[in-house]
Amino acid sequence: MSEPTPSPPSASRKPRRVSRWGDRIFLALVVIATGAIIALMVALFVVLIYGARASIQTVGWAFLFTKVWSPATNVYGIVPQLVGTLVTSAIALLIAIPLGVGAAIFLTQQAPGWLRAPVSQLIEMLAAIPSVIYGFWGLIVLVPLMRNVGEPILYTYLGWTGLFSGPEYGLGVITASLVLSVMAIPTVTAISRDSIAAVPRSQVEAALSIGGTDWEVTRRAVLPYARSGIIAGIVLGLGRALGETMAVTLTICNNNVLPTSLFSLGQTIPSLIANDFFEAATPLEIPAMLEAALILLIITLSINLGARAVLLRFQAGRGVGAE
Amino acid sequence: MNFDRSVRRKVFSRGMTVLTGLAIVAIMVPLVAVIYETLLLGGADLNLGLFTNGLPYPCSPQPGVTCQQGGLVVPITGTIELIALSSLVAVPIGIGAAIFSVEYGRESPFARIVGLVSDVLAGVPSIVAGAFIYALVLLYDPSIVFSTISGSLALAVLMVPIVARTCEEALRTVPNSVREAALALGISRWKATLRITLVSALPGIVTGVLLAVARSAGEAAPLLLLLGNACTHPLQGLNQEGCALPLFIYQGATAPNANYIALAWAAALLLLGLILVLSVISRLTLNRMAKRMRGG
Repeated sequence: MSEPTPSPPSASRKPRRVSRWGDRIFLALVVIATGAIIALMVALFVVLIYGARASIQTVGWAFLFTKVWSPATNVYGIVPQLVGTLVTSAIALLIAIPLGVGAAIFLTQQAPGWLRAPVSQLIEMLAAIPSVIYGFWGLIVLVPLMRNVGEPILYTYLGWTGLFSGPEYGLGVITASLVLSVMAIPTVTAISRDSIAAVPRSQVEAALSIGGTDWEVTRRAVLPYARSGIIAGIVLGLGRALGETMAVTLTICNNNVLPTSLFSLGQTIPSLIANDFFEAATPLEIPAMLEAALILLIITLSINLGARAVLLRFQAGRGVGAE
Repeated sequence: MNFDRSVRRKVFSRGMTVLTGLAIVAIMVPLVAVIYETLLLGGADLNLGLFTNGLPYPCSPQPGVTCQQGGLVVPITGTIELIALSSLVAVPIGIGAAIFSVEYGRESPFARIVGLVSDVLAGVPSIVAGAFIYALVLLYDPSIVFSTISGSLALAVLMVPIVARTCEEALRTVPNSVREAALALGISRWKATLRITLVSALPGIVTGVLLAVARSAGEAAPLLLLLGNACTHPLQGLNQEGCALPLFIYQGATAPNANYIALAWAAALLLLGLILVLSVISRLTLNRMAKRMRGG
């Protein structure tokens, strides 16, 4: 019984001194890592603004309103690229939303059980395929297909709208939008499927019990409940499409003029930077591209914050529904 | 009249089922086509020489001219270097931030800011990360702006939020009783965190790291700005211009000569294989963890 009396002090004193230092150092390391992430967020803006200062000072607000991007004549306006970015992403979503949400509805509501897991996993895996491979495929397979088949058909039936006219290169706004839609679909499908799967069974059964058909149940009971989740998925897909570089760079042909129709060659902010950065020749060109990157950053971040706000509402709504 | 309406409703419902089913088919066609095309065109040139030979001289087959096939040893080595360097930077930062926000911060507003910031960072376009690192490295040392080092930094920017968020989720799945049991045994907090909590969350953390690696391995956009143009050179140091599989796919895709285009498909197949293997491993790890948690 005399043994335990000396041992506790030695067992508690020595490790405690070591552990206190260990704890402090460990906490310091962990705080540094955390600080690094927050510093990164701040640095993104500060460094890009600093890098773009020459362009911001010289060109000023005209950067946002000038319709010409021409390093040769030292004129820098982001309008063609901004329009290109917004138009390609908008068309991509116009295609991806009905297909993605439709596929999510089928996967969760109608598909036989054995089909659900493999198809869902395949779609998730497809989201992991690098964008440069989608772009390569777009360039080699889709571009000739659009030139020889897609664009003539669109011109014949929809040429009267004025949107589908002009030389049929195959390369251009419409092809880039199609590749973007292929890439946005897995994101939209996966998130829509998750939020539809989160709809409580009781909701579905209640709608079925008053005699609703499958579609009426989906339309009136399931979709309203999953709405904010689906919207968040769409907005995340939009964020991905806006910032997508490689697939667009390879299929849009990087012509820095304002597109006049969907068959036009064009350019987006990411494809501008990807295409011209390494070969920039004039002193103002790099700062101007850094400013373009800053604008793209601001656009995508506001969209992501918007999606986050919608998702928070979705979670809050689900909390209320559960109570 | 009523009967008609109910029939119409049923037919309409059936029609919508068919339409949504067609949506599945419609989205599978291009997606499967991408994989099929890569397997077909990339598989044609698959041989062991890809891993040992450098890039060939640019050449298109003509009568009387035989083209060297060459190999991808430079882009493959470049991709391995980039993955190693960027993980070295991103993994400690991501895991550290996750440990802080779960183990120390819990409900503090600081920890919540970390969650928000990594969510927002996850949405930063890769080309913007490239432009950011360009401007940053230019301030520090203009001589290494175009190098494997700055390319890895840009990839690390893309990896950090993925690692941080998945690790955070993994750490949150460790029950509090495990932490309390460890602390009750009298070991210090950092040892409890490293040896008990972190080890319990290891499968989730591995999954997160693999996902981040898979994402950055396929990324070409920032490398287009930062890696320079050294795919045809023999291997160079990390502070020199470099090459990577996705970068070479872009260069090969836009090259005018046939042997580069063929080699780019082989590179696409290798990259696709790497990424699919990484995602399968991460899925298996996650399944094993789920099974263990159900068992526990």
